[in-house]
Amino acid sequence: MTEYFQRMMLYVPFKGWVDMGMSAEAAWALATICGILLIALPLMLAVAMIIYADRKIWAAIALRRGPNVVGPFGLLQSFADGLKVFLQETIIPSSANRGLFLIAPIITFTVALMAWAVIPFNSGAILADINVGLLYILAISSLGVYGVILSGWSSNSKYPFFSAMRASAQMISYEVSIGFILIGVVLFADSFNMNDIVKAQQGHGLGFVNAFGFNLLLFPLAVMFLISALAETARAPFDLTEAESELVAGYQTEYSSMSFALFWLGEYANVLLMCALNAILFWGGWLPPVDWAPLYAVPGIIWLFAKILFFFFVFSWVKATVPRYRYDQLMRLGWKIFLPISLFWVFLISGYLMLTRYGA
Amino acid sequence: MIQVIAFWLFASIVIASATMVILARNPVHSVMWLILAFFNAAGLMLLTGAEFIAMLLVIVYVGAVAVLFLFVVMMLDIDFAELRSGFVRYLPLGALVAIVLAAELVFAVGAWQAGGVDLAARAAPAATDTSNIQQIGELLYTRYIFLFEAAGIVLLVAMIGAIVLTHRQRGGVRIQNISAQNRRRPEDATRLVDPGVGQGMEL
Repeated sequence: MTEYFQRMMLYVPFKGWVDMGMSAEAAWALATICGILLIALPLMLAVAMIIYADRKIWAAIALRRGPNVVGPFGLLQSFADGLKVFLQETIIPSSANRGLFLIAPIITFTVALMAWAVIPFNSGAILADINVGLLYILAISSLGVYGVILSGWSSNSKYPFFSAMRASAQMISYEVSIGFILIGVVLFADSFNMNDIVKAQQGHGLGFVNAFGFNLLLFPLAVMFLISALAETARAPFDLTEAESELVAGYQTEYSSMSFALFWLGEYANVLLMCALNAILFWGGWLPPVDWAPLYAVPGIIWLFAKILFFFFVFSWVKATVPRYRYDQLMRLGWKIFLPISLFWVFLISGYLMLTRYGA
Repeated sequence: MIQVIAFWLFASIVIASATMVILARNPVHSVMWLILAFFNAAGLMLLTGAEFIAMLLVIVYVGAVAVLFLFVVMMLDIDFAELRSGFVRYLPLGALVAIVLAAELVFAVGAWQAGGVDLAARAAPAATDTSNIQQIGELLYTRYIFLFEAAGIVLLVAMIGAIVLTHRQRGGVRIQNISAQNRRRPEDATRLVDPGVGQGMEL
């Protein structure tokens, strides 16, 4: 256990507590809880600010002002919304399946937070430096669909049920191709550990760019991953689960107050997670963009945040400009285009690596 | 200490939720309890140090198999009265399954009382630095390569079989021609005309 901690940033307080006479296990539990809070609380703040940023970007593209009343430049808008939602009455439909109706938003929100445990913020700043990090992400993201299915079913209402059907089919379809895309990255990085994947990208592209994305073999995968990430988080243009012209508000229709807010927070935490995954898997994570010594003086967490924000901007940009897909087009894109291409790319990459890295 | 607490937590939740799977009246609740059981079984796997198996358990069973279960069960239109009326009819078959399971339990306890099997000692992994995934990969692609490929072929045959069995040719269906749709330009579908006043339009 101690060796495990030595690789991590939390080792400093952990060692301090052990020196103060605390047992190693208690110090381990305390350090982990501190780590969880250190990630979850700033994440919630980031979600609040990112909702504001999303609305501002969207407004700017539509030549509107966006939120500008609460606080300077409307910066406190999300907090005002949160307070409003918090003070609202929780309404549970009389024909709803009470237990599952209440547990569904909790599942969505918890799952959105859980995946952040394996995201590396810097070379040592990672809560759980496990060697199946990427598989953990896949496992957790496959849990996300339950919140949506359950909310749709337990609401006992037509539109949420349609939305739940759509959401589950959509998430399952795109998870398949995301899995194959991740295999391509894992083959190049030679590891499932998130930190090792980031480190493998050092000077990978053209000899000096810290990104897998500049590898010609991996660039198509990066594009497909970005699109699949949009579909996986049900963002526009794939937001058929919340298509307001057809399904009112989709699976959230019957929700109010805090249970609605939990869906909202979970959704944006998932969007941030997908942006972080884009940055980590293909664009160098916490490494500076170019392998040049002075750039390493900037802390890695700043590079990571810059990349996450860039991808979030791309997400908002797409949301503001691209019209919604039709459902059959969405399914066709997932099964008939992404799946064959990503499967073929697994062959291509493993063949290339057999010829070059593991040759003869 | 933490491992012990975690073990008892996971183990008791697995057993409790497995019991609830068969006790729950509502099939959707049953599936949810089953998912909870899978999830905690994955926790138990983690405690034994088999993190790769634990992740696969969650990805395959919770992420794919149970979603399909839930999908089917959600669509069911359940009539609880009818469900109970079948009790007597299915009693002989159910009793038979119960007897078989009980007999297996007796055998298992008997075998366990007879003393440890040599296999357990042989299967104990050698302590190495290589990770779980690498060790499984090394075994799977060298010693067990034939079994691995055979399992793959069986799955492929099963998949093709499922497609053949459910595939049916339907006549009179207009299938979308996606490339034709994508090739279509505004000029193909619209025309811009400037009719004089009172002349009307030919549609």
